[in-house]
Amino acid sequence: MKKILSSGLPGRRWLSIGPPFLWLALFLLLPFLLVLKISFAELKFGIPPYTPLAELKDQTVTLALSLRGYALLFTDSLYIATYLNSVKMAAVTTLCCALIGYPMAYYIARSHPSVRNLLLLGVILPFWTSLLLRVYAWVGILRNDGLLNNLLQWLGLISEPLEIYRTDLAVYIGLVYAYLPFFVLPLYATLVKLDIRLLEAAYDLGARPWRAFFSVTLPLSMPGVIAGAMLVFIPSVGEYVIPEMLGGANTLMMGRVMWTEFFNNADWPMAAAVTCVMVMMLLVPLVIFQYNQIRQLEQQRGKTQ
Amino acid sequence: MLDNRSAAPSWSGDADEFVRVEEVVKIFGDTVAVQSVNLSVRRHEVFALLGSSGCGKSTLLRMLAGFEEVTSGRIYLDNEDITALPPYRRPVNMMFQSYALFPHMTVEANVAFGLKQEGVPRNEIHERVFEALDLVQMAGFARRKPHQMSGGQQQRVALARSLVKRPKLLLLDEPMSALDKQIRQKTQIELAKILEQVGVTCIMVTHDQEEAMTMAHRLAVMTEGQIVQCGTPHDVYAFPNSRFVAGFIGSTNLFTGTIVVDEPDHVLIESAELTRPLYVNHGVSEPLGMEVHVSIRPENIRVLREQPEAESNWGHGMVSHVAWMGSYARYQVRLDAGQVIEANVPSLVLAQADAPGLDDEVYVAWSNDSATVLPS
Repeated sequence: MKKILSSGLPGRRWLSIGPPFLWLALFLLLPFLLVLKISFAELKFGIPPYTPLAELKDQTVTLALSLRGYALLFTDSLYIATYLNSVKMAAVTTLCCALIGYPMAYYIARSHPSVRNLLLLGVILPFWTSLLLRVYAWVGILRNDGLLNNLLQWLGLISEPLEIYRTDLAVYIGLVYAYLPFFVLPLYATLVKLDIRLLEAAYDLGARPWRAFFSVTLPLSMPGVIAGAMLVFIPSVGEYVIPEMLGGANTLMMGRVMWTEFFNNADWPMAAAVTCVMVMMLLVPLVIFQYNQIRQLEQQRGKTQ
Repeated sequence: MLDNRSAAPSWSGDADEFVRVEEVVKIFGDTVAVQSVNLSVRRHEVFALLGSSGCGKSTLLRMLAGFEEVTSGRIYLDNEDITALPPYRRPVNMMFQSYALFPHMTVEANVAFGLKQEGVPRNEIHERVFEALDLVQMAGFARRKPHQMSGGQQQRVALARSLVKRPKLLLLDEPMSALDKQIRQKTQIELAKILEQVGVTCIMVTHDQEEAMTMAHRLAVMTEGQIVQCGTPHDVYAFPNSRFVAGFIGSTNLFTGTIVVDEPDHVLIESAELTRPLYVNHGVSEPLGMEVHVSIRPENIRVLREQPEAESNWGHGMVSHVAWMGSYARYQVRLDAGQVIEANVPSLVLAQADAPGLDDEVYVAWSNDSATVLPS
C-alpha cells in the first residue's frame, strides 16, 4: 500500500523533499565545496587571497592541489593540541550538561501539567536575548571585581578574588550555560512520552526507586540523551564566541584558531583546512546521531504494526 | 507462604479471609474517588470489581498494589497490615491493562525482572522464568521483544511476569480490554484455568459484566466510589438489590408500582404500566402502600398470542421490534400503557408456524418466581 502511494505519485514526493534539498545544496553543500576548494589552494596576496586550483595556460590545464594547510595541521603540535582540546572541552561540556540537564528534564517531565509549561518557558527564556549579551553578562559575573567575587568576599568566604574570568573554567561555565537548553529540551520530549506505568510495573515487581530508574527510565530515555548530547557536543567543538570572551590566551579552541588564521593572518587556505578537518571530525558523531534516529523510527514503526 | 504471624489480626472475620479492605477512602483534591469501601476476599478466590469507568474500581486496585496511598482506612493481606507498604515491598503483583511490558527487554528479561530484584540465584531465575512461560505457553518466545508479538501473546507474557514471583495476591486491571473481541472469550476461559491451576488469590477490575461472570467466583458492583452489591455472579444476577445493579448486570425490565397485598410468602404489586398486578413469590421488608421497583429479566418473559389464564403477571401490547440474536430473538413489545418491554424468545419457539411477528398483538407473561422486588 505504502509502495503504491509513493511510487504512484512521484511528483508529490519530489515537491515535499525538493525545496529543503535544494536549500541545503545551495547554502550548505555549495559553500562547503568552496571552502574545500580554498583549503587546497596556495596563499597569495591580492583579491582573492589564494591561487586558483586549475589554470589554463598554453592549451594545457594545470591542476595544482596544495597540501600545505593539511600538512601543517597534522605536523604542528599546536593545531593537534587545539583539536584535542576542543574535543575535550566539548566532551566535558556535554557531560556537565547531562549531569545537570537530566534531573532538570526529569523534574519538568514529572511535574504537574499546569506547572510544566512554565518550567519549560524558563528553559527557553534565555533564547529571547542574544547569546552575545548573555556571555557579556557572564563576564560581569565572573570578573575579578565582578558580582560573584564581590558576593563571596562580602560573605567573608574568600579574602582574595577567585581567578575564574579568562580561564578554562569560565569557558566551561559559559558553554554549559549556553548549551544546557539544547540538552534539556530533547530529553524532556523523550521523558514526557515515557509511559509511567512501566515505572509502576518495575516498582510492582520489587524494584526500589533507584533500581527502577536505572533499569527502566534511563535505558528508555537514551534516545533523548543521545539527541541532547549531539546537540551540545557538535556546536561546542566549533564554538568561537564563548572561548573568545571568557577564555584566557591559552584556551585553545578551533573556532579561535579559525578566526586567527582567517582575519589576523589572512591565510584563507589554512583557515579552510582547519574547517574541513573539523567538519570531518564532527561527521562521526553526526553519523551516530543519525543512526540512532533511524533505529528509533524503526522501533516505533515496529510497535504500531 | 504462611510464615508471617507477627502482626496479629486487628479484626475477626471468616477464617478463609485473606484480603481485607477496611473503611478505605481515597480523595483526590476535592473529588472522592473511593468512599469507605469494605471488602473481604477469601484465599484462592477470584474476585471481580465491576463497574463503569470512573466508579473508583481502578483506584481501589491501585491502592491494593500500593500505587496510591489511602486517604484513610486499612488494607490487610494474609493477616498483615500492608496499608503503608510501598509497592516494591508488597507481596502483590499486578497485570496492567496495557501490560506495561518493558519494551527494551526480551520476554525472558521481562519475566526475570521481578526475580532479579529479589536476588534469586541465576540458575533458579532461569528455571522459574521458563516454568512461568510454559504455564502460559510462551516458552518459544523467550527471545522476542514485546513489539514483535501480538496483543494476546503480550498478555500471556504479562501474566507470566506477574505470576513468576508467586505473589500472595494477583491484581488484574481490565485484563481483556486490549484484546480483540473474537479472542476475548477464549482467553477469559484460559486465564480462569491458569488462575485455578496456580491457586493464586486474585482481584480483577473490569467494566465487562460478562468477563466478571465468566472468571470470578464472587464479584462486587461499584458505582460512585462505593460497593453497591457483593456476591456470587448468580446471586447478583438473580437477586439484584437495586435498580442500578439490575440494569448493570445483564438487561432487565423495570416496573414501578405500589404494594397492595403483603403476605409473608408473597406480595402483590399494582403498577400503572400493567393492567394486571405483579405477583412476587417472596416476602419483602417494605410496608404496604410503599412504592417499589420490580425487575424481570427478558429471558423470563414469554410472548404469547392467547390471553394467559392467570390472574396476575401478564400484560398486553404490540410487537414493535424483533432483533435476531442467533440462539434467541429479542422482542420489544409496546404495552398498552406505553412502556416498551424486552423479551428473549428462544429460536425453538420462533421456528413454530404461529410465532408472533412485527406489529402483532401479543400477551407477555412470566412466572411467579421471575420477578424481583428492588428496595432502591
